[in-house]
Amino acid sequence: MNGRPSFVRRAAQSLLGPVMAVLVSLIISAIVIALIGEDPLTALQVMVDLGDTPAQQTQSMVVILNRAIPLFLAGLAVSIAFRMGLFNIGVEGQYRLATILAAAAGAAVVLPAPLHLLLIIVVAMLVGALWAGIVAVLKVTRGVSEVISSIMLNFVALGLASFLLSGPLRGSEDGASIITTKGLPESAWFPGLNGVFTSLGLAEPRTELYGFLLLAIVAGVLIGVLLKRTRFGFDLRATGLSPSAASASGVDARGMVIKTMLLSGAVAGLIGLPDLLGSTHHYGTEFTAGLGFLGIAVALLGRNSPVGIAVAALLFAFLDRAALPLQFADIPASVVTIIQGTIVLSVVIANEVARRLTLRSAERVAARAAPPGGSAPDGGGGAGPDGGPVDTSAQRDQRQGVQA
Amino acid sequence: MSSVATTPTGSGERPSRGPITDLITGGGRTRRLLLLALGLLAVMSAVRVISGENGLTSSAIFATTLVLAVPIGLAALGGLFSERAGVVNIGLEGMMILGTWGAGYAGWHWGWVGAVIGGVLFGAAGGLLHAVATVTFGVDHVVSGVAINILAAGVVRFLSELIYVEGTGGGPTQSPSVSSEPPSFSLPLLSSGPDLLGSLERRHWFLISDTAGLLRGLTSGVGLLTLVAVLLVPLSYFILWRTAFGLRLRSCGENPWAADSLGVPVYRFKYIAVVISGALAGLGGVFLVDFADIYKEGQTGGRGFIGLAALIFGNWRPGGLALGAGLFGYSDALLLRAQSAIVALFLLLAILLVAVAVYQLVHRRILQASLAGGFAALSLFLYLVIDELDRGLISFTPHITTLLVLSLASQRLRMPAADGMVYRRGED
Repeated sequence: MNGRPSFVRRAAQSLLGPVMAVLVSLIISAIVIALIGEDPLTALQVMVDLGDTPAQQTQSMVVILNRAIPLFLAGLAVSIAFRMGLFNIGVEGQYRLATILAAAAGAAVVLPAPLHLLLIIVVAMLVGALWAGIVAVLKVTRGVSEVISSIMLNFVALGLASFLLSGPLRGSEDGASIITTKGLPESAWFPGLNGVFTSLGLAEPRTELYGFLLLAIVAGVLIGVLLKRTRFGFDLRATGLSPSAASASGVDARGMVIKTMLLSGAVAGLIGLPDLLGSTHHYGTEFTAGLGFLGIAVALLGRNSPVGIAVAALLFAFLDRAALPLQFADIPASVVTIIQGTIVLSVVIANEVARRLTLRSAERVAARAAPPGGSAPDGGGGAGPDGGPVDTSAQRDQRQGVQA
Repeated sequence: MSSVATTPTGSGERPSRGPITDLITGGGRTRRLLLLALGLLAVMSAVRVISGENGLTSSAIFATTLVLAVPIGLAALGGLFSERAGVVNIGLEGMMILGTWGAGYAGWHWGWVGAVIGGVLFGAAGGLLHAVATVTFGVDHVVSGVAINILAAGVVRFLSELIYVEGTGGGPTQSPSVSSEPPSFSLPLLSSGPDLLGSLERRHWFLISDTAGLLRGLTSGVGLLTLVAVLLVPLSYFILWRTAFGLRLRSCGENPWAADSLGVPVYRFKYIAVVISGALAGLGGVFLVDFADIYKEGQTGGRGFIGLAALIFGNWRPGGLALGAGLFGYSDALLLRAQSAIVALFLLLAILLVAVAVYQLVHRRILQASLAGGFAALSLFLYLVIDELDRGLISFTPHITTLLVLSLASQRLRMPAADGMVYRRGED
């Protein structure tokens, strides 16, 4: 360890990676845009231009925030597993299945508003947790790598969701071009937050700001506290940093895998709810897809801390909003996806480079403090937390993604 | 079923168990596998006769199986090269997507030869990116793969929007059609002209017609590319297990530190392996384009991931992954050509599970035997009850199979020892 570096230095070290990554991907995207004969500066201008009138500007902000909420939840779900050195690629399937079942459950009952919302949220979290639990059980009992099983379960979940949608849970008329579940009654609509804009004297936007924002913030704070301030969180992070050390000091590694995946899945179950409760009020073929994979990107960019994830989610939402204006300016909207993909790739590279720089400076300090003969901080290639011969993922994950 | 992929190799000096047992279980591996395949075909034939679903073993099904198995198999082969060199490749899907786009673009301009070259180059470019991230920068393999999947989807959409403007016949989600098709072959006499196998198949005799269907499906109208792809499986085996190059490549996946100490340029080998991996996945993409005559967005439909599944199913061996690809291709083919026949598969599953139960009972494993028996009863019940299955439910058969194989046979599967580990020269 590096003694105790000053706060500024630590902050600089943890910001180094993400900032480098965003810069690099902006440069790459600028080159791409320049290559197709458009002006990168114009593109940038289009992207940051939120609108001419105050109403348009607040509208753009609402669009960004509404997109950022599910992204934040997705990043949060992925980061919980990451912290423990687990890779939850299955977030995509977890939230899709959770959303359709929650939508169906919500449409099936009649309850007063707060209870109705509570029921939907609980159902979604349970389904997400159970689906992620399968991955955990397979890993703990059979030594199946969570990466493979969650990829496979994604397909199963999507297939199940499409079966449920076209069969038992179908609510739309036959022959409609968009198939949906039955709509939620008004008691299950989450109230919006547009009052905030008017009370601040700003122009009222056209779309409603999701009230789920408050719940997302609560979830972020709760997870942050849970990971940083409780025994459970300490065990979780310790297992992520060094599985062998953690189990040597009495952490029940198998139990931790299951608990962590359940928690991650429960948060993943929330991802679809802002859209479901705030605007669509039913699950359909057009429901927002791909949030699970973007969640991985957001978690990596935010370095697994709730605050970082919030910033990353806002950045991604900002980029997503820019897609439409870019199209109007005759620049291919898919530039946005390229920027996002490049950010992910460069953020992991930058994180790795930054980690190695930090490690090197730590080694230098340690070399000065102690006589030679010390070893590298990484644990050797021992068995994983469950001792399975197949499992090398825990060890490999511990090198990446886990940065306290 | 998994025992096919993982038949123990330790044959040789076993005591004789009588002439009949020897005929069935004795001899080399090849004979046993052949007998097993024949047995499976006999069971399928029985199922066909009982259920009256002639689509189950028709030549059309087997021909479609071959066509659909090839892209999965190529992706799996790609995974084989990369993972044997110790680099986990979740990015196969992305490389395949790049391959489809490259094939669509080059095929539109220069016909099918161009499509092959374009697809392979685009796939290889994806592989190169993965290699740079994982080998040079030491990024976690899974993270890099996920990033490549996201990036690939963006890149192809971007290129399409850029190039397929109005008037080209394409659009943001699809290319103009490929300007020429590769030649295809049929076996003279047997599968074309007099078509002897075809006439046999139409008689619907037990086993004989099914064998004819299988052979005709595999020999009539086989594309040149299919032929090449099928030959790539033994070729990969030869390269990886019978050459010095292959030994070195595999040593990077088993123990890179030892390999390095023996003078193997580990980084270079990993680079080569991952680029080959991308090229093969890209070739898989070429196939899809070839099949549809056009590049369409989302054409891969997760086949890169299924390829990964086939690789694991096949225990990181060429023969096994070909078998896995065949199985997944078959389930795809049924979905495409003979949906009503799918329910008959429950009967097949029931029979196979009964066989497993008997086998386990003989070996005194009561728990496994009763589990298999229970599932056999369940699938028999499902066969009797269900009339037609929903499309959504069938679509994930390969994925469920993989999960089952992984959870039931994970002790028998052995991935390369250093697979997925970030290797840094001079660090431990």
